[in-house]
Amino acid sequence: MLESNKKLIYILPFVLFIAMTVLLYTGLGKDPTKLDSQLIGQPIPAFEKTLLLSPDKTISEKDVQGPALVNVFASWCPACYHEHPYLMQLTQSKTVKIYGLNYKDKREAGLKFINDLGNPYDLILFDDNGRLGVDLGVYGAPETFVINSDNKIVYRHVGIVNLDVWQTILKPKMFPEANEQQEQGAK
Amino acid sequence: MSILNRFLVVVTLFLASTFVAASIQVYHFEDPEKEKRFAHLTQELRCPKCQNNNLADSDALMAEAIKDIIYEKLKAGESDEEIVNYLKARYGDFITYRPPVKPSTWIIWFGPFVFLVIGGFAIFRFVASRQTKDSPIQTIEVPEDNKAMLEQWRNEVDASEVENNETESNKIDVADQDNVDNDISARSNAK
Repeated sequence: MLESNKKLIYILPFVLFIAMTVLLYTGLGKDPTKLDSQLIGQPIPAFEKTLLLSPDKTISEKDVQGPALVNVFASWCPACYHEHPYLMQLTQSKTVKIYGLNYKDKREAGLKFINDLGNPYDLILFDDNGRLGVDLGVYGAPETFVINSDNKIVYRHVGIVNLDVWQTILKPKMFPEANEQQEQGAK
Repeated sequence: MSILNRFLVVVTLFLASTFVAASIQVYHFEDPEKEKRFAHLTQELRCPKCQNNNLADSDALMAEAIKDIIYEKLKAGESDEEIVNYLKARYGDFITYRPPVKPSTWIIWFGPFVFLVIGGFAIFRFVASRQTKDSPIQTIEVPEDNKAMLEQWRNEVDASEVENNETESNKIDVADQDNVDNDISARSNAK
């Protein structure tokens, strides 16, 4: 056996070990329940949905105008109750338009949720069969989508929105220009 | 509470749980072939809400929404592939338990075979190296004048084996045919 061959055989397990370590280490700390949205960069899906607050009114994707947040909520979702007070606060600042998507809910339950906790939404779409939710790739509430002025999906946040999430993640995605200007101003 | 009472409570709870299970939604198909495809698809596809649960086993509301869609699409005559692609466009490869073959999934598709080849090659090299001249195991040359002694020793071993066969009658060496015959005649005499 050649000397160099022998060396290679001794080194190979070590190289494999390093490769496995790197591979597994990069996976550590990743949340496996967070999935990447498949819809980034795509326009919001076509829909025709009634409004939660006025069941006889139907609107379509053409009635939605970004830049805005689309917040997916439901009365059966405990984290949505937790998130709601911050949405109320956010909407009072009048800097952002928030659309609500009442996902897989009963109308009475959805109405009770809004009547009890207040309405931070410009419009609330009522998605009783969950079809629009599936078209958006929603897999759990609450989820919040950022759409830009062309009605394209820029970002999807899974989990509750709070001050930190809004300022560090959603706001920069929603107003990238303002963010750049701020950074330049800081310099 | 007596033991009997406890037992009755447990039995009642079990019965109640079967009633709950019976209330889940059932999808009716007129075409049994479509029903089969529905069962197959909901077992092959993963519930995005759950980490390791297929759609068929999941009671999550969103799994229900996806099952409704699969049901409608099957009724409308869409193929399995069209339905899977529709869901993949929304939920990504996560929705299926069979990841597509592409560079980022090569390690899961081909990794085991690569390790098998590496391991097999290593074992092959290891075994081959033990059979070369410089290995510690060597054949010993038997000197000519020892051959007679070796022959005698072999005969002794054979003889002791015959003795063993007689004591353990269930182990009969085919080579010792005489011995077998004797054994059989001895048994028939005994009868």
